[in-house]
Amino acid sequence: MSSVSTNEMKSGTKVLIDGEPYSVIDNEYRKPGKGQATNTIKIRNLKNGRVLERTLKSGDTLESADIEEVDMQYLYNDGEFWHFMNPATYEQIQAGKVACEDAAKWLKGEETCRVLLWNGVPLSVSAPNTVVLKITETDPGLRGDTSGGGGKPATLETGAVVRVPLFVQIGELIKVDTRTAEYLARAGK
Amino acid sequence: MSWRPSATLETLKARAELLASVRAFFSARGVMEVDTPILSRRATVDRHIDSFAVSPDDRWLHTSPEFAMKRLLAAGSGPIYQLCHVFRVDEAGRHHNPEFTMLEWYRPGWDHWQLMDEVEGLFSALVPQSKKIESLTYRQAFLRHARFDPFIEDRDAARHAFDAACITLPESLSEWDAWLDVAMSILVAPALQEPTFLYDFPASQAALARVRDDDPPVAERFELFWKGIELANGFHELTDAAEQRRRFEADQAWRREQGKVVPPYDAHLIDALASGMPQCAGVALGIDRLLMLKLGLPSVASAIAFDSDRA
Repeated sequence: MSSVSTNEMKSGTKVLIDGEPYSVIDNEYRKPGKGQATNTIKIRNLKNGRVLERTLKSGDTLESADIEEVDMQYLYNDGEFWHFMNPATYEQIQAGKVACEDAAKWLKGEETCRVLLWNGVPLSVSAPNTVVLKITETDPGLRGDTSGGGGKPATLETGAVVRVPLFVQIGELIKVDTRTAEYLARAGK
Repeated sequence: MSWRPSATLETLKARAELLASVRAFFSARGVMEVDTPILSRRATVDRHIDSFAVSPDDRWLHTSPEFAMKRLLAAGSGPIYQLCHVFRVDEAGRHHNPEFTMLEWYRPGWDHWQLMDEVEGLFSALVPQSKKIESLTYRQAFLRHARFDPFIEDRDAARHAFDAACITLPESLSEWDAWLDVAMSILVAPALQEPTFLYDFPASQAALARVRDDDPPVAERFELFWKGIELANGFHELTDAAEQRRRFEADQAWRREQGKVVPPYDAHLIDALASGMPQCAGVALGIDRLLMLKLGLPSVASAIAFDSDRA
């Protein structure tokens, strides 16, 4: 098992603490001029998203977490789990609600998602940066909401809600940035 | 990494002005500027300061100009100051760069109280808008901000204070002095926002300061803090050669025990003390940090032309 020293812990470094995988967010080095140095790391638990701080003696090491990122194709949701397939090996995995929390509302099937695996178990799923989805519900006509921003809310076929320009109508396909949930463009009928 | 400097040109101009002001300050007071070797055959054996070893010549980059400057004092130099780059292994972070600029000066015949007055004079000359410097003993600062007594090794009391701040000490930190250092870094220093001197340190943290035989004994050492950052460290200097040798050897033994590099200590310094170095006080001040705080910059990297990632 490989390990990382406090001075190698950068934002994004994956470490194991008490058997749990964490991603380093921040690493603050402190040292009285003539005294013992410490590193206080801010870390996110990759299983539950909780953020906490740990103070380490400088030079101490932590085990690095065996985390890999794999592009996988989304297949279907069985009501409880989201199923994905590795297109290279045809291996299938299932991911639970916590891992799919952010991605689920953008997925309808066949999208290539980035899956974060820890010892082969999915920790989180990222939807493609952009998706094309059909509008199933939005205020008809050009009136829309005139109070702010010049747009109107639209519900997409996956249930996600985004703000769209007034001229976009039910049944149209639109391109959306999943990271910001922003409308990008029309994508034809 | 970009080829560009880590500081803006405006900052570098302010830096040049700061250095010029330092020189003007000492010139007006009759303190002589000196420059001593950066590369030395001997190195510090301080427990928590590691020197860069330079091959192929078996030399070390200095971590402070202290030993050479004391040898000048022993040779009769009178009051001296130095502005130089110093080097410390692994000291990298928002407020650290492994290579940094230090101002160090010595006043023969003075004690640390007189020197603290001069530090205050320099500080108000360099940062005219700053407030008057407050003074607290190390113990008062701990009682006020860490809420335990640093002179009584009561681990439960200390653990209680750490718990209250949601800090769990790693098991690898076992020495009481290391606990004090963590409390200083995380609990005490951040509370010292106004310019503040701490003085009367625990004897175990005397470094090269005299120890005064109080109950408990205290080191005649002071530090200056501003905006939560340690800016300067000064001593009423130890001039007893035998005691200095004993401390060097104890530090070497500690380093050996910890599996750390054990450099040769500066035997010339011991000889200089033995030949009769004058009673004196000395202090070192971090120029990059002072500039950072004066200009409100986010890191020392933005106070120096090229930080270590770009060097």
